[in-house]
Amino acid sequence: MARAQTRKRERPAELLKTPTGISGLDNITDGGLPRGRTTLVAGGAGSGKTLFGMEFLIRGAEKYGETGVAMTFEETAEEISANLASLGHNVEKLVREKKLYIDYVHVERRQIEETGEYDLEGLFIRLDHAIKSIGAKRVLLDTIEVLFSGLQNEAIVRSELRRLFRWLKDHQVTAVITAEAGDDMLTRHGLEEYVADCVIILDHRVNEQISTRRIRVVKYRGSTHGTNEYPFLLNESGMSVVPITALGLNHKASSDRVSSGISGLDEMLGRKGFFRASSVLITGTAGTGKSSVAASFVSAACARGERALYFAFEESESQILRNMHSLGMPLERWIKKGMLQIHAQRPTTMGLENHLATMCKTIEDYRPSIVVVDPITNLISVGTSISVKSMLTRLIDLLKTHQITALFTNLSMSGEQITSTEISSLMDAWISLSEIEIDGVRERIVYVLKARGMAHSNRVHRFTITDKGISIENEVQGQRRVS
Amino acid sequence: MPKQKSTTRSAARKAPPKENGDDSIKKWRLRLYVAGNTPNSIAAFANLKEICEKHLGGRYQIEVVDLLENPTLAKGDQIVAIPTLVRKLPYPVKKIIGDLSNRERVLVGLDLKPAASA
Repeated sequence: MARAQTRKRERPAELLKTPTGISGLDNITDGGLPRGRTTLVAGGAGSGKTLFGMEFLIRGAEKYGETGVAMTFEETAEEISANLASLGHNVEKLVREKKLYIDYVHVERRQIEETGEYDLEGLFIRLDHAIKSIGAKRVLLDTIEVLFSGLQNEAIVRSELRRLFRWLKDHQVTAVITAEAGDDMLTRHGLEEYVADCVIILDHRVNEQISTRRIRVVKYRGSTHGTNEYPFLLNESGMSVVPITALGLNHKASSDRVSSGISGLDEMLGRKGFFRASSVLITGTAGTGKSSVAASFVSAACARGERALYFAFEESESQILRNMHSLGMPLERWIKKGMLQIHAQRPTTMGLENHLATMCKTIEDYRPSIVVVDPITNLISVGTSISVKSMLTRLIDLLKTHQITALFTNLSMSGEQITSTEISSLMDAWISLSEIEIDGVRERIVYVLKARGMAHSNRVHRFTITDKGISIENEVQGQRRVS
Repeated sequence: MPKQKSTTRSAARKAPPKENGDDSIKKWRLRLYVAGNTPNSIAAFANLKEICEKHLGGRYQIEVVDLLENPTLAKGDQIVAIPTLVRKLPYPVKKIIGDLSNRERVLVGLDLKPAASA
């Protein structure tokens, strides 16, 4: 204890933080919410304010051994339990174990007559009792604004709220206060006036029928923080924020090589395959074997003992498995061994940001060595090309930071490679697959359009896809136009 | 306001049962929530007693609950403001917050039709 105090004295300017435990949020706030202070969380209806606050309490109890009090003004303890069960939290258990205390405060204006002076000491007493009964370090008030509609004397409510926020500070609890977003102010009743330490805004918007949740740290006194809007997810594993834009171009370039899984292709790539942590684009018209190339890459990685992650935006998992089986690549066994995960999803199920957030979360959780996105073409259907490019940039930044080699497939219409050229600048290698007619026979051909940092083949090669997989044959002879 | 803070202590001033309509006696049960001896609470108790004496004769019972002594009781009647007067009986439950200084509003709040001339 004495030592802790000395240390505190040595670094007086540093603000202590309480980690929320919400993955990603602690990154953008550089450690969590200000300890012993109050954070205001504002957002519209359905933006996830209550869940944010409850996650803060639950994760505090589960991960950091800090008990929490939820004083709720809108939902009863039963309703809260039910809502959080869908996010994988067992609220009742925490309450039983005295790690969480929920006090539902019901203020109904119609039932209350007011005459003369009063204060809100009853609220203070209840909160004080709740905090003391479980030794709480965290407090959620959700949402205290109800007092404005429940009580007539706004002057009293305001002065009592001011007193409450000071009281919370004096009691050294880290508090989250939720508030409804206002039109010309951050919150409808101007609560930001009282809470000056940290303000977070949640937002839930729908663009072209696809919804995206976003979070932004508007203010954080005495601390650096990410100022962008970050997409966040609410799913069965709770809330998570993906701070992808926090990354930059400072990842380390590896000189390690990774086999493509096709010996002939490795040969074309300076005899050794792709660079580790590089991003590879495979383009081709329909039916040229893009997914097969991707599957070969996956299969080889798993055989080397590296984990692979396959994002499928066109085919279902079983369809991929069946197709690859017919090419002599039984991918099921890698799935069984836990070396491979296939995540199949329709691109239109959610917006780009959500796709990105989901993908990043899966990558962070699974930590693969290689990632396949098949195809990125379909993502373009849910966003503009600028947003697709921005999303891919952030995805690639994340992959490179984790030294993950990534392979993206993209469908190109014959003669048209506009989308490919837009995203090609992000890619370290670009391999083109196509079909041409040679002496009355359609042949599959492959060539390397670019491969940064390596002496790659500039020849066009023939390749075949059989039940033994893909094999690349000799160069195509003579002068023929690539179609 | 009595100086005793005991929680459920009844500060009732029961009138002797001089009215003899046994079954029809409507007993008012009122509960006043306070938090220590604050000016508002003292005023509320004094105002309440005066009103009850005048309008309810002896048919009332006032219970003073000090939340500082027994904070868990705040939950049951959903007490937020102090002082709060809760009319437990007759049904339905009514709540009046404040120092009860506005007699008209208290009477309305308690459903005691203010006799215009009284």
